[in-house]
Amino acid sequence: MNTLLDNIKTVFPNAEVWTQRKGLYHMSIPKEQLVTLVTHLKEVEGYLHLVQLTAVDWIEKNQFQLTYILNNPNKRIDIMVKTFIPRDNPTMETIHHLWEQAATYQRELREMFGIDFPGSPRVDKPFILEGWDNIPPYRRDFDTKKYAEETYFPRPGRETHDPKEYMKKKLYPDEI
Amino acid sequence: MSKSDLEKRTVMSPDGEPIEINPLQDYFCDARPKVHEPVLPILVLGFGTGCGAIEMRPLMTPRFDAYRFGIQWRPTPRQSSVFIISGYLSVKTLKRVIRSYEQMQNPKFVIALGSCTINGGMYWDSYNTIKRLDHYLPVDVYIAGCMPRPEAILAGFEKLKELIRQGKGEGANLYAKNFDWYKANQKKIIKDWDIPDYNW
Repeated sequence: MNTLLDNIKTVFPNAEVWTQRKGLYHMSIPKEQLVTLVTHLKEVEGYLHLVQLTAVDWIEKNQFQLTYILNNPNKRIDIMVKTFIPRDNPTMETIHHLWEQAATYQRELREMFGIDFPGSPRVDKPFILEGWDNIPPYRRDFDTKKYAEETYFPRPGRETHDPKEYMKKKLYPDEI
Repeated sequence: MSKSDLEKRTVMSPDGEPIEINPLQDYFCDARPKVHEPVLPILVLGFGTGCGAIEMRPLMTPRFDAYRFGIQWRPTPRQSSVFIISGYLSVKTLKRVIRSYEQMQNPKFVIALGSCTINGGMYWDSYNTIKRLDHYLPVDVYIAGCMPRPEAILAGFEKLKELIRQGKGEGANLYAKNFDWYKANQKKIIKDWDIPDYNW
């Protein structure tokens, strides 16, 4: 273990830390301490660049996973900070005071996953889905294909074949 | 250079072969370049809706040179006569497209580019991309492909000119005739309808 992960382990005993490879570390922390950890990484450890903020829908565990990818441009190290929030009525603290561009990520997450970030600028304004009245489309219980077929007019004539069955029928018609 | 340098004559090549040269002949073209007969100026609205917009840029360059066909790009809807829907169309863009199309003056035509405008293409199961453009706007010419080459787009323009010469480019009149049907389809997917309802 290197000094960074040791330091984090000392300051945040609740955090789980592990190494994926040289230059890529993972951290998992309860949602209450996440902003503190991210602030510590930015202000003390020099992780100045927010690469991405994204979410994963773990519908089986009834949880959303939020992943904050941070980068240290001097040491060339990436850290993925993860946290889990409940899937019902999901709310998370905003980090737009640390990185202004986080407001855009949070606005997108609000629209695509329905995760609320109270206090984030323009978070309730539509991003690309204007006037969306269904459940957020990136949630896994949203049936994209069914919605597309009901909403937009499918042109008849599209056929899909199972490649294995189709080629069997075409090449070896006697064996079926 | 004297006048005799321009005359037709026989010279010896470095290999010792006599060759005839005519300095005033254009060896690349047998005839003068054909000037295409203009139908009406095709004024294309510079509005790229999808990835196909990238295929319209080379048309302006010397390699494809769409200007010799009487095709020109215009910056605003009120100055344009052809709307190219270049590829996939999201619902958010469709709203802007409808608003721009309704501001264009007659005669106006729509060219739909790429398979996304025909049946959805690779976005056939997308939650946010329309499948059939002809349910929302009257399409005069489809150009198939993903994406069509600039040559295909030039051929599409020629097809449009042919239709106009035959008097078949009636998309705008079709739109006015079936206005209620088009509006109903548009309002079905554009939930926050906040653009003016024209009634001409």
